Amino acid sequence: MAKATGLTWTVADADSMSQAEIYGEVLTQLGGENEKIIAMSTDLAKSTKIGMFEKKYPERFINLGIAEANMIGVASGIAATGLIPVVSTFAVFASLRAAEFVRTDLCYQNRNVKIIATHSGTSFGQAGTTHHCTEDLAVMRSFANMVVIAPADSFETAHAVRAVMEHDGPCYIRIGRGFEPPVHKSLEFDYEIGKAIELVEGNDLTIIATGVPVLHAVEAANRAKDQGISVRVLDMHTVKPIDREAILNALLDTRRIITVEDHNIIGGLGSAVSEVIAESGKACAFRRIGFKDEYSIVGYPEDLLHRYGMDADGILDVIQEVMKAEFEEDEDWEDED
Amino acid sequence: MLDAKEKAMLQEKAKELREKLIQVTYNCGGSHLGGALSQMEILVALYYKYMNIDPKNPEMVDRDRFVLSKGHGGVGHATLLGDKGYFDPELLNEFNKTGSPFGMHLDKNKVPGVDASTGSLGHGLSIAVGMAMGARFKGEKWHTYCVLGDGECHEGSIWEAAMAGAHYKLTNLTVFVDRNWLSLDGNTEDVMKLEPFADKWTSFGWRVITIDGHDFDKIAEAIEAAKAETEKPVVVIAETVKGKGVSFMEGEIGWHYGGLDDQTRDKALEEVRKG
Repeated sequence: MAKATGLTWTVADADSMSQAEIYGEVLTQLGGENEKIIAMSTDLAKSTKIGMFEKKYPERFINLGIAEANMIGVASGIAATGLIPVVSTFAVFASLRAAEFVRTDLCYQNRNVKIIATHSGTSFGQAGTTHHCTEDLAVMRSFANMVVIAPADSFETAHAVRAVMEHDGPCYIRIGRGFEPPVHKSLEFDYEIGKAIELVEGNDLTIIATGVPVLHAVEAANRAKDQGISVRVLDMHTVKPIDREAILNALLDTRRIITVEDHNIIGGLGSAVSEVIAESGKACAFRRIGFKDEYSIVGYPEDLLHRYGMDADGILDVIQEVMKAEFEEDEDWEDED
Repeated sequence: MLDAKEKAMLQEKAKELREKLIQVTYNCGGSHLGGALSQMEILVALYYKYMNIDPKNPEMVDRDRFVLSKGHGGVGHATLLGDKGYFDPELLNEFNKTGSPFGMHLDKNKVPGVDASTGSLGHGLSIAVGMAMGARFKGEKWHTYCVLGDGECHEGSIWEAAMAGAHYKLTNLTVFVDRNWLSLDGNTEDVMKLEPFADKWTSFGWRVITIDGHDFDKIAEAIEAAKAETEKPVVVIAETVKGKGVSFMEGEIGWHYGGLDDQTRDKALEEVRKG
C-alpha cells in the first residue's frame, strides 16, 4: 500500500474543523499540486465541501445534478483518459444508489477514482434513516479492488485524502458530517493505508474501532484504566485491506476483542475482524458494537452514539462484560504467562 | 460521403464479418446473434472507415474511443476486433470457454481494443460522456463513439447521461442507437414503450439523425454530420433489423441469443454470403 509521503500541510485550527471541511481544504491543496485531479459532485458541492475545490478550480469541477449512478459512470470514463476523478456525495447514495456502477465501472475495470462519501453512519442524524448509511462498509468491502477507509477525525482525513492519491485504483473514504472532536492532536503521526494505529497500549482487552467512534473508544479505555483494566485501542482507519497483523497481535496479547463502528454490525469492521480471528484458529472473547441489524432512529449524532452504545459509556459496559469471560488454561496463549 | 469503392469494401467487410460471427457462434455453442447482426453496419463503418485507431497500439493516446454500451453485442465486436488485427483471430475459438479472454460481454482488461467493460445495460453512455469530458479537459481532439441498444434505453441512467451530454454540449461524442425494436421479452413498444423515441432525445437536448442502420451511405452521412456539429451532441437512431442477413433470424426474438447446429450454420452462411 502506498504510504502518505511529503505531507507538509498544516492547519492551525484543524482540531476545530469538521472532517468534511478538512477534506475540502486538502483536496483543494492537492488540486494545486496535481492538475490531473477532477472534482465531481451531484448537487452536493456545498454540503460535501468539495465546493471548496470548485471555487479555486472551477474549470476542473463537474456538477452532474442529482444523478449519482451517472456520476460514477462518468468518473470511470474520465479516469479512462488518465485523469483522477474525486467524487463526493452522501455515503448512502455513493454506496447504495450507485452501488452497481461503483462495482462494475470502477472496481471491475480498476479505474483510478476516489470516492469521498460524507454524512456516513448516523452523522446526519436528524435527517433520518434515508440519509443515514450503516451499510457502506459492508458493500464497499465486498467489491474486489476497492480500498475502504474510515478516518477517525479531521487529521486522519487529511492524511487519508492525500494517501489515496498515491494509490492507483478505486478508493472509498467515508467521513462524517459535522463537528467531530479530534482524536489526534496534530498531523504529526505516521499514517499508512492498511496499517492500524495503536492509540492506547493495553494487555487485558483490545478495542478495535473505526471512524468517529474511535474517540469514544479512547475515552472508554482511559476510564477502564481507572478501574484497573488495561485496554488497548486500535484505530482501524483502513477497513480494507484490514491490518491482520495488528488483529492477530491483539488476539494473542489480550484474548478479548471488541469492535466499534457507526455501522451495522453485519458486514463492516466487526465482520472483517471476526474473519481474521476465525481463520487464526484461536478463540477469544469477542463483541461487536454498532447497529444490531436495525435502522437508527432520528436524533442528534451524539445522542445516537449514546443510544446505540457507541460512546464511552456503552463501550465501557461491554468492556466490563467481556472482562468477566473466563478462559481455560492453555499454554498456547501468551496472556497466560 | 463514401465513394463506390469504399462502399463496396464496407459491404464486403460486413458480409465477411457476418460469416465469421456465425462460425464463432457455431464453435462457442451460442451467442447474442440477433443484436450482433443488427449493429454490424454501424461498427463496420466506424472501424473500417471513420475511427482513428491502431490495432497494433490499442492504447494509442489520441485514438478515437468506442464504447459498446449494448455489451451483449460483444461477440460481434470481438469478431471485428480479431479481423482488424487487435489479436490473433484464432483466439476466438476459445469464445465462452472457461478461462477464455472472451465471454458474452467483453472485458477491457482482457481483450485488446476494448475501451470499456460493458454488459450491464445503462452504463456505457455515462462512461462515454466521461471519456468525452476527459478529452476536453486534456485539450485532445479525439472523438468518442457509443452504441446503445434500444431496449437499453429503458434504463433510467441512460437519461441521466443524456442530460449530462447535452448540458455539457459534448460535440466530441456521437451516439448510435441500434433501433431493432426488440428486447428479450418482445417488441420494445409492448415491453415498455419508447416512442416517441426521437422526440425524447430531442427534448433532452440532442440533435437526432434517424437513418436506415444497414445503409452505409446513410451511416456515413450521419457520422460526417455528427463530426461537423458544433452545438449539440448527436444521437443517430439507426433503424435496424434484429438478426439482419439471416432470414430465419430476422425479427425473431428467439434469436436474441442462440446456438447453431450444422444445418442452421450452413443455411445462415449461405444466406450471408449472398448478402
